[in-house]
Amino acid sequence: MPAPDRRAFLLQTGKLIVLTASAAAAWDYVVAGQPENAPDYDASAHWWAMIIDVERCIGCGRCVQACKAENGVSTEPSYFRTWVERYEIDPADPEHPRVESPNGGYDGFPENTKAGVKTFFVPKLCNHCADSPCVQVCPVGATFQTPDGVVLVDKEYCLGCRYCVQACPYGCRYIDPETHTADKCTLCYHRITKGLQTACVEVCPTGARYLGDLKNPGDPIHEFLRTHMVQVLKPQMATHPKTFYNGLDGAVR
Amino acid sequence: MAPFRSYEHLLRLAALFAVGATLFLGLRWLLVPSDYGRFGPYRAAALAANQARPIVYAGQLACVDCHSDVAELRKTNAHERIGCESCHGPLAAHAADPANAAIRPDPRGTCGVCHVPDVAKPRGFKTVNFAEHAEPGSCTSCHPAHAPKL
Repeated sequence: MPAPDRRAFLLQTGKLIVLTASAAAAWDYVVAGQPENAPDYDASAHWWAMIIDVERCIGCGRCVQACKAENGVSTEPSYFRTWVERYEIDPADPEHPRVESPNGGYDGFPENTKAGVKTFFVPKLCNHCADSPCVQVCPVGATFQTPDGVVLVDKEYCLGCRYCVQACPYGCRYIDPETHTADKCTLCYHRITKGLQTACVEVCPTGARYLGDLKNPGDPIHEFLRTHMVQVLKPQMATHPKTFYNGLDGAVR
Repeated sequence: MAPFRSYEHLLRLAALFAVGATLFLGLRWLLVPSDYGRFGPYRAAALAANQARPIVYAGQLACVDCHSDVAELRKTNAHERIGCESCHGPLAAHAADPANAAIRPDPRGTCGVCHVPDVAKPRGFKTVNFAEHAEPGSCTSCHPAHAPKL
């Protein structure tokens, strides 16, 4: 191998070993003499998580509307990045809860004044699993976990094979009717990387949703997780979700 | 030991292998994007593509930046912590240029989104039977939205 190649190889390898992912991304701009254009968001310094406080959700569907508006999701029923379910559990038959989600809760829920049943709302969204089955099954590497723990889709690279839609145990993925590629909650990656809240957190009137950064020791999420009995959905799947539910009933799947 | 004479078949095999390897490396070079694998088994450019999407909801801080009077009005009342865009809708265009007028929410419909009765709502959440309670007028004539009182 000629010397310059070895040098290039060592440089490249050294760069990857020494620099963090985000610094490696900025390096190209530094070398090009335009360090001011390098992204200043340090992805490896964050590890995003979401808390859903079930006891605060009033089922207004504002999050569903905001999510669709922010992300340009089709308003046709059955395309949701987040949706709200209403559970109804008959005390005589707790194993078979009745779950409804008319249009994902987009227009709220029909009035319910039934007495004698256990009933509550559960907002759902992508759990941004640390060991995500959808990432594992993608045959081309079009879905991946970012250095800050968000599961994203590369829509230019996706083939639309639907493997990931089947693999997600939480039903959080769909095929975009326009591009025919996989799509899902991005945890508003375009917002959180600029210091904003996700759209659903922004509009939730009761504070039932909270976006937290597990790598930031000063984030109130640590205090919340310490002082509340939280659960994740389907822990038996070993997907290690980063969406934590407070006050979740055991009947919720 | 006799010298190794018959080696042409090995040369043919080696040539075949070389052609195959060149083809493989060439195709790989053509088909795999240059930024694939920089952070992991995906295109690094996909991160930037996901970040580049337009923002639709301006965020509470942007609202309060100009409308500090409303923020002051909402202090210590039941609606204090509700994001402005929860009722007023997405306002990034308005925040970027105030000439884009913000839409005034329809009072009756907007209040109803949250305050319709439902046994699934958390205990203590204020609900009202709109058909019985309210005259056809607007809710806000008695309950100002930024400073609601019962």
